[in-house]
Amino acid sequence: MNRGIYKIVSNKPLTKDIYEMKLDGETSHITAPGQFLNILLDGFYLRRPISICDYDEKTVTIIYKVVGHGTDAMAKLPEGAELDILCGLGNGFDTAICGKKTVLIGGGVGVPPMYNLCKKLIAEGKEVAVILGFNTKDEIFYEEEFKALGAKVYVSTVDGSYGTKGFVTDVLKDLEYDYFCTCGPMPMFRAIEKIAATSGQYSFEERMGCGFGACMGCSCKTKYGYKRICRDGPVLEREEIIW
Amino acid sequence: MVNTKVNLCGIELDNPVIPASGTFGFGYEFAELYDINCLGTFSFKGTTKDPRFGNPTPRIAECERGMINAVGLQNPGVEKVISEELPKLAKCFSKPVMANVSGFSLEEYAYTCEKLDKEEQVGWLEVNISCPNVHGGGMSFGTSPEAAAEVTKAVKAVTTKPVIIKLSPNVTDIVAIAKACEEAGADGLSLINTLLGMRIDLKTGKPVIANKMGGFSGPAIKPVGLRMVYQVSSAVNIPVVGMGGVESAEDVIEYIMAGATAVEVGAANLVNPYVCKEIIDDLPAVMAKYGIKNLNDIKGSAHNG
Repeated sequence: MNRGIYKIVSNKPLTKDIYEMKLDGETSHITAPGQFLNILLDGFYLRRPISICDYDEKTVTIIYKVVGHGTDAMAKLPEGAELDILCGLGNGFDTAICGKKTVLIGGGVGVPPMYNLCKKLIAEGKEVAVILGFNTKDEIFYEEEFKALGAKVYVSTVDGSYGTKGFVTDVLKDLEYDYFCTCGPMPMFRAIEKIAATSGQYSFEERMGCGFGACMGCSCKTKYGYKRICRDGPVLEREEIIW
Repeated sequence: MVNTKVNLCGIELDNPVIPASGTFGFGYEFAELYDINCLGTFSFKGTTKDPRFGNPTPRIAECERGMINAVGLQNPGVEKVISEELPKLAKCFSKPVMANVSGFSLEEYAYTCEKLDKEEQVGWLEVNISCPNVHGGGMSFGTSPEAAAEVTKAVKAVTTKPVIIKLSPNVTDIVAIAKACEEAGADGLSLINTLLGMRIDLKTGKPVIANKMGGFSGPAIKPVGLRMVYQVSSAVNIPVVGMGGVESAEDVIEYIMAGATAVEVGAANLVNPYVCKEIIDDLPAVMAKYGIKNLNDIKGSAHNG
């Protein structure tokens, strides 16, 4: 984990309420896809945990949804603004245990952490399929970005306005794969859990206090004892999760 | 050169800065970030007789200048704290540590304190009396002078190290409870624990945290903490550890002026994990700024005249 000042390089909407922010700053503490940042905002007491979408030597990209006052304030931040950020938090996706034909499943604002994971897996020579689930066509983002990485991309929309009509599981049920990784809402997780044919990793969301394992604000029970979503997660293996 | 040393119940601290229980784990998450031996001491995660998972999530809600938590005393239980956590703690912290203890009956308090009292690295026992008494209809021990005195006596009877009773602010007369603890043999007092509070989600119309209510902490509660430290320190003759909303060296000085011997830092650790180190680094310059050579010279200055 690193605490540093990060400068906003760009902050723009991808859809009506989904924004992409690029930040310049120290990225050497990011060790795995699926880790997150914890961002301090003027006027708000607790930091905002946001998953890392992508990063290189000096830039980190996050994608966030405006859901409350904090993310609304983030959306209004101008280029050049500086933010106090804890970077490289959490236990991300373990690509070493992913399969040769891994499917990545992102639902809504759960899509972003799949991006760097997809990049890593392809760099490791694995075949990657990506399923992106949204409610409707207007909410879709990053479809082209995933295609550019060389992944086979499927999109599902609940209203059928684009791609497969229905849920990510309506795509997943017909795919051939030997491992899966996913991030998204709990109802999506439960649907995946019912039909998934292989081992996999789930990235969870929880209301956090500190984000680095001190306060026990985001604990959950697993088959291997109590875990902190912020520190031991947010990524947990399918085999340890108690539903 | 300024002197930041203070003496807490017979043990000298290099400085009065103490991370508060529940915001610092058993130290090692923070030891990865800085050498925690710079601290005066720290109060480790509230320990109970039996392991506890705590409350369902969400356990955290944000407030204006503060937060509410309802973690529910998650801890591995005193046996594992002694066999697993303390050996790990010893590797990153070489000073006496404050053992924070909670219980749901007099027997539990006594059992846990007696075990921790025997641990070499434990310098003080800080007894959290804000827990509900399962034999007393669920009323918190900390809300009546009689119950607070009973816990103090039960713990003092089985321990040798200084016992600091951590007081709840959710009472009508904190001075009466403080005096009852002093008469029952407490070696020190720490205050304030969190204020009972809640938040409601406008979208659902329901409380934000699963436990509905929780403990409110952060800079918003500092005036309440200062007022209670001021009241209590003028009424008792034992050291008072002040806390509530501390996030700067100025806050530390303000609490000492209110009558505190040492000062705990709670919620601020969760927002800025380096805050205690920063306070300790800033303290000499801030003392010099206000012409303070020795913290003992300003202790309780608010009471004079």
